Amino acid sequence: MKVLVCIKHVPDTETKIRVAPDGRSLDESGVKWILSPYDEFALEEAIRLREAGVASEVIVVSLGAPGCRDSLRQALAIGADRAILTDEVAFGSADALTRARALAAIAKRESAELALVGKYGVGTDEWLTGPMLAELLNWPHVSGVSKLDLAADGQFTARRAIEGAIEVLEGRLPAVLSCDKGLNQPRYASLKGIMAAKKKPMDVLSLADLGLDPSELQSPRLVRVALELPSPRRSGRILGGTAAEAAADLARLLREEAKVI
Amino acid sequence: MSKLTVLVFAERRGGAIKRPTLEAIATARRLAGASGRVEVLALGPGAKGTVAELGPWGADRVLVIEDPALELYVPEAYPACLAHAAERVQAALILVPGTLLGRDVAARTAARLGTACATDLVEIEFSLAEGLRGRRPVYSGKAFERVSIAQARPAIATLRPNAFPLGEPHAARPAELGELSSPIGADRFKVRTVRVEQPEKNDVDVAEATIIVSGGRGLKGPENFALIRDLAEALGGAVGASRAVVDDGWIDHSHQVGQTGKVVSPDLYVACGISGAVQHLAGMSSSKVIVAINKDPEAPIFKVADYGIVGDIFEVGPALAKAVREIKAS
Repeated sequence: MKVLVCIKHVPDTETKIRVAPDGRSLDESGVKWILSPYDEFALEEAIRLREAGVASEVIVVSLGAPGCRDSLRQALAIGADRAILTDEVAFGSADALTRARALAAIAKRESAELALVGKYGVGTDEWLTGPMLAELLNWPHVSGVSKLDLAADGQFTARRAIEGAIEVLEGRLPAVLSCDKGLNQPRYASLKGIMAAKKKPMDVLSLADLGLDPSELQSPRLVRVALELPSPRRSGRILGGTAAEAAADLARLLREEAKVI
Repeated sequence: MSKLTVLVFAERRGGAIKRPTLEAIATARRLAGASGRVEVLALGPGAKGTVAELGPWGADRVLVIEDPALELYVPEAYPACLAHAAERVQAALILVPGTLLGRDVAARTAARLGTACATDLVEIEFSLAEGLRGRRPVYSGKAFERVSIAQARPAIATLRPNAFPLGEPHAARPAELGELSSPIGADRFKVRTVRVEQPEKNDVDVAEATIIVSGGRGLKGPENFALIRDLAEALGGAVGASRAVVDDGWIDHSHQVGQTGKVVSPDLYVACGISGAVQHLAGMSSSKVIVAINKDPEAPIFKVADYGIVGDIFEVGPALAKAVREIKAS
């Protein structure tokens, strides 16, 4: 059973966000890029499934984003078997549905039976890829999986946290599972893994390979019109006195001034 | 001029409608205006019972699919029902509460209808001529992007909980009932929810709380979260946590606020013993009022706080819980 792991190359979560002169994109100067944190759980789970003999091959795929080769190479070093990427320029402003279509085409092309993705891509924070990919493949999906039991026959039980409770879902592959923190403890790349990754295949697919029309990429359904920084908060007030005095002051201000209690 | 029809997906948890759904209905009413229509879809047994409740918030009609198979969340079926309803009422816009279930349903529905979905909006405008324009947090709230869905229909959006005003219900406003047949056979579900496990203590989740009290490393150990729980109880709020203490296993990940945790915008956020790493600030700095309690006067958290107390959380925390209880009793 082949597992497809969809990964995204994103700005480090510590990045200080600056807006580029065009007013709608990220100023990328000095930005450090990383493998999106939730994708690490997806990759680790795939490697564990292969080690357990449930999966036969772990294929990592990434769309667009110049530099995504770095994250793919890292995934190969951690333990994926091979990598697929697409035309590096074309996906820059593609919307979520177009990206999901490309991933669906790759899943079909590879006859994958399981696609693992991160819960969401850190940065764009859209939460769209997993469910969209599943719908396009007519597969079921579970989002935000924090525990997975998958048997060799494809039967699985997945747990996911929702607001204030845990949902337990059962199903059978093929499926798309999006991965949350808690699913596993991702490993680091070993020196041996880093050396081995240099020899692992990295295939580049064209739009024609994916059966996508270039016009779809040129006219996204959703476009970013502007990128803005939040308005700075007005500076606050430090309350002095003893702990009891400050606490009493605060309780009064929260009621009378801020009117939140 | 044709009129605008907005379809709202109502999330029912254990049969109950929660506030994010009401916010979506109130927003749909504002966008549809007096001449447009607000249709609401409610799924599962007992869905008819929501009609009386939803009318006052702005629903013109509540469409129900009372299929028993829809009682618990079915990731394939809910979007099929929503897409079916959207085609039925010719919706130009679908609004979905931005809960974990709502985001999931909206995304899959968008793929099913071949359209676009704007996630987690904090502002929205819509017209038939220009489509959707919205504003949403990106980089976990370190920035906002303005997005446009000009052509794709229906445009779909999830609305961030607690970001849209609810207004007052209009008691005299009744909604009609519309019954839809189930578009799917139950035997076709390949994944289904078999049970929902409630924690023993029914905590309010940070994602839907209007008051949050969060603890960080300054608490020194997991046992001291009792202090945070007590303060949260006094304030009537939920318990949050910084990434550092979640990573150390002091408290479950579901409590984590910040990038790789939950992005929240409560009315009141009380940060206790949290220094304010950039990832944490990203996740909570759109809170309406922020209180910081920390020993270190240089802690970055004070830069975003409306009220700060420089002091020991072990002294200030219990004193604040006491003061809050007193003022609430007065």
